[in-house]
Amino acid sequence: MEPVLTSGARIGDRPRPRKNYLNETKGIWSWMTTVDHKRIGIMYLVATLTAFLLGGIFALLVRLTLLTPQHKLFGLQVTAETYNRFFTLHGAIMVFLFIIPSIPGSLTNFVLPLMLGAKDVAFPRLNLASFYLWIVGAVMAVASMIIGAVDTGWTFYTPYSTTTSGTVTLMTAAVFVLGFSSIFTGLNFIATVHKLRAPGMGWFDMPLFVWGMYSTAVIQVLATPVLGITLVLLMLERVFQIGIFDSRIGGDPVLFQHFFWFYSHPAVYIMILPGMAIISELIPTFSRKTIFGYRAIAYSSVSLALLSFIVWGHHMFVAGQSQLATVVFSALTFLVAIPSGVKVFNWLTTMYKGNISLETPMLYAISFLMLFAIGGLTGIFLGTLSTDIHLTDTYFVVAHFHYVMMGSTVTAFIGGLHYWWPKMTGRMPSEKWGRVAAVLWFIGFNATFLPQFILGSRGMPRRYYNYLDQFQPLHAFSTVGSWIIGLSLFTTAAYLLASLRKPADAPDNPWGGTTMEWQTSSPPITHNFEDTPVLEHEPYDYRPRTVAH
Amino acid sequence: MSSHTESHAHHGGPKIYTANLFALLFLTVITVAAASFNFGSANVVIALAIATVKAILVALFFMHLVWDKPVNAIIAIAGFLFLGVFLMFDFLDVTTRDHLQPANMAPMQNATPVPDTMNPLKAAPPQPLTPPPAAPEEHK
Amino acid sequence: MSTTSTEVQPHGGHGDHEHNPYHQHHFATMEQQFDTSKLGMWLFLVTEILLFGGLFVGFGLMQQRYPREFIEAHEHLKQVISGKLFPLYGAFNTIVLLVSSWTMVMGVNAAQTDQRKKLIRYLVITILLACVFLGVKYVEYEHKFHDGLLPGIFYKHQAEDIIKGTHGYATFFSFYFMMTGLHGIHVLVGIGLLGWLVVRAKRGDFTSAYYTPVDLVGLYWHIVDMIWIYLFPLYYLIS
Repeated sequence: MEPVLTSGARIGDRPRPRKNYLNETKGIWSWMTTVDHKRIGIMYLVATLTAFLLGGIFALLVRLTLLTPQHKLFGLQVTAETYNRFFTLHGAIMVFLFIIPSIPGSLTNFVLPLMLGAKDVAFPRLNLASFYLWIVGAVMAVASMIIGAVDTGWTFYTPYSTTTSGTVTLMTAAVFVLGFSSIFTGLNFIATVHKLRAPGMGWFDMPLFVWGMYSTAVIQVLATPVLGITLVLLMLERVFQIGIFDSRIGGDPVLFQHFFWFYSHPAVYIMILPGMAIISELIPTFSRKTIFGYRAIAYSSVSLALLSFIVWGHHMFVAGQSQLATVVFSALTFLVAIPSGVKVFNWLTTMYKGNISLETPMLYAISFLMLFAIGGLTGIFLGTLSTDIHLTDTYFVVAHFHYVMMGSTVTAFIGGLHYWWPKMTGRMPSEKWGRVAAVLWFIGFNATFLPQFILGSRGMPRRYYNYLDQFQPLHAFSTVGSWIIGLSLFTTAAYLLASLRKPADAPDNPWGGTTMEWQTSSPPITHNFEDTPVLEHEPYDYRPRTVAH
Repeated sequence: MSSHTESHAHHGGPKIYTANLFALLFLTVITVAAASFNFGSANVVIALAIATVKAILVALFFMHLVWDKPVNAIIAIAGFLFLGVFLMFDFLDVTTRDHLQPANMAPMQNATPVPDTMNPLKAAPPQPLTPPPAAPEEHK
Repeated sequence: MSTTSTEVQPHGGHGDHEHNPYHQHHFATMEQQFDTSKLGMWLFLVTEILLFGGLFVGFGLMQQRYPREFIEAHEHLKQVISGKLFPLYGAFNTIVLLVSSWTMVMGVNAAQTDQRKKLIRYLVITILLACVFLGVKYVEYEHKFHDGLLPGIFYKHQAEDIIKGTHGYATFFSFYFMMTGLHGIHVLVGIGLLGWLVVRAKRGDFTSAYYTPVDLVGLYWHIVDMIWIYLFPLYYLIS
């Protein structure tokens, strides 16, 4: 393994520039008014990780309440309403404030223009506006928690959401604002990919990360407006009783689910596609091998994005939609397995006979492959009509989407964070602690969610705070698992923050990557590259070469 | 890429725009006139078809799509396409809700009666939940 | 692989003879900057289409649910002219918006050909037409308010033809006010944008080398027109 020869640039072959994007200007004001995609990416990173912490605390509270069937929390009795608020806030924060904006807002904002050899995203001011909209949305969401509480679940299903008291209106308004933040991010990325690629970089010379994020952005632009109008309708239904969703005044509650899932099913792919995009970078880099099936992976990203729009009815198999629609949606749902399978097999084939090095990001990538396989396969159970009727609204569903959302996306996010951390901060995180935390993450995750598959198949309904005694051992097992996850994340936070205290030590290309972001210094200068970079070889070309320049 | 300094500057022109305006006004008269006749359910189709022709005229000439880079037209078409998907599947559901369920429409003749133990109105009140078994640490 | 590239971006040495003050640093040429802005605008317009589209779908499904009520209710949007019901306000506003679309595109054409006076004149006429549109809308809303034909809980119309229950009727007027209201808000925003263009055009910002804002506001204005093109038959003509 000789990264010096296999990568485009030599490790540490340039003197570190004195000025970089972090120290070019100083002071809080220079950050708040910045239009630099790298600084906005860092701000998004801090913001979304704060949301992750908040949502994580609620997750731990949910699990702790379920430790015993007596629903005690630190000796205090938890009422059903309080429990409903816990899981609603956990879900709403994790979905709208963390997973949807995290990878696009933070890692992609930072890396995508670098990968394309661009100086910035297409619309830098819109990028900043998107961040501030996120802040406004987050403040509104937190305000709705402080003023009252929301107990509808993150899905805001009618008729409960139109009749319950609480601050549902404020919370939906918050999600409306967050939706526009997401639209602006996606719009920016599409325009950037179309117009700001480096000279000589065609569509099929882009890194696969860009393909994944491009597909994500397409969904963000096409689906999110419908969420916006859905939430407006929901708010108006609550305030003026316009009569669209509430059956007491002539509306159709199932219609809300159609409207909601037309956005929210594609939104599931807004969450998973960025994870897949990161994995497509990690696997070739740490296998030191050209990616297998470049075009297949690129096309599968786009086809996942398109398929995501025609399968939403599988969330409503027992909600009262017509049987014909149910059968059609079930059949279409199976198509999703094709591009997902294409990706997984191409990643595995890339690793086959590769020169695999098990550094921290690769540990997360391998965890992703295993967890995504479980999450994806259990999705087939749920897409099948006959089994879904048994499994609907049980812990099986909870376990399935946590394997996809958390086991896949968050795993990829943490892996990507370690991969690009040297580029973002100029510092190498601790490799030893990184591996410890990665292993803990894998163990803790499976300990938490594997038992939930069993619970669900035995009939434990989701969102209940009460349960039969016979489920107690599995619930307790799951709760202990959540503590291991917490320990892993705490460790990760500790050593990542500790790495910031030491002097900059990261070389330009610590992992021997071949994409363009490794051709600039770590951390990059404000304008990203000294000279406009020129594409010299396709991405993931690990054939030995004489070093350029 | 040789001619793109010319690609957006001097296409179209007042004559085409004015002709387009008159075409649009003409179609408006047609659609109002058509609505006064009763074609049954075809009225909606006719009205929406004329509206679509008008929208296409606006997009092609007023919004310059006919001379523009094709990517913008693709984006516009994608918007309407996905709206069509949304509309189509929603109608697929609401227009077929009464079909395909003969089993539920007929009264159940030979169904086994629900045993009293499963009937919440007749069954005994649920037993209070027993305290949990030993501490969960054994799973660590 | 790299030979498959068809859309090579121009970088440097192309087109720009002198530095344009509106040229942003991360674009190689003004050409690239213009194309990017236009692409972004089209993406934004797609979100507008889907935002309104949600309401159109909702309207269609509710009409499916209450076909008779919707047809009866829509007759309140027509006016009696020589003994026959005719969609006077709706048809008039359709013509107003179509003409304003024409003045807008003529304004864009004037900007492209460096005719500043003409540009300002067309922009001002567009604003005036938009105000006429809103004025007619105001008269229309006034009538509905007076008759109690209002959305949701405010629905108070007690005419004999609709005392059988107000479900479908109230829903119709909910959608009527939501869709024309959201459209009206877009017209208001359009007036604001056009006013901003007038100020900048008077300052002499726009030349044939840089007229991006005129072009983009034009696109926005046409999409507002296009939405009305669908609203008009759905609300005023369906029978």
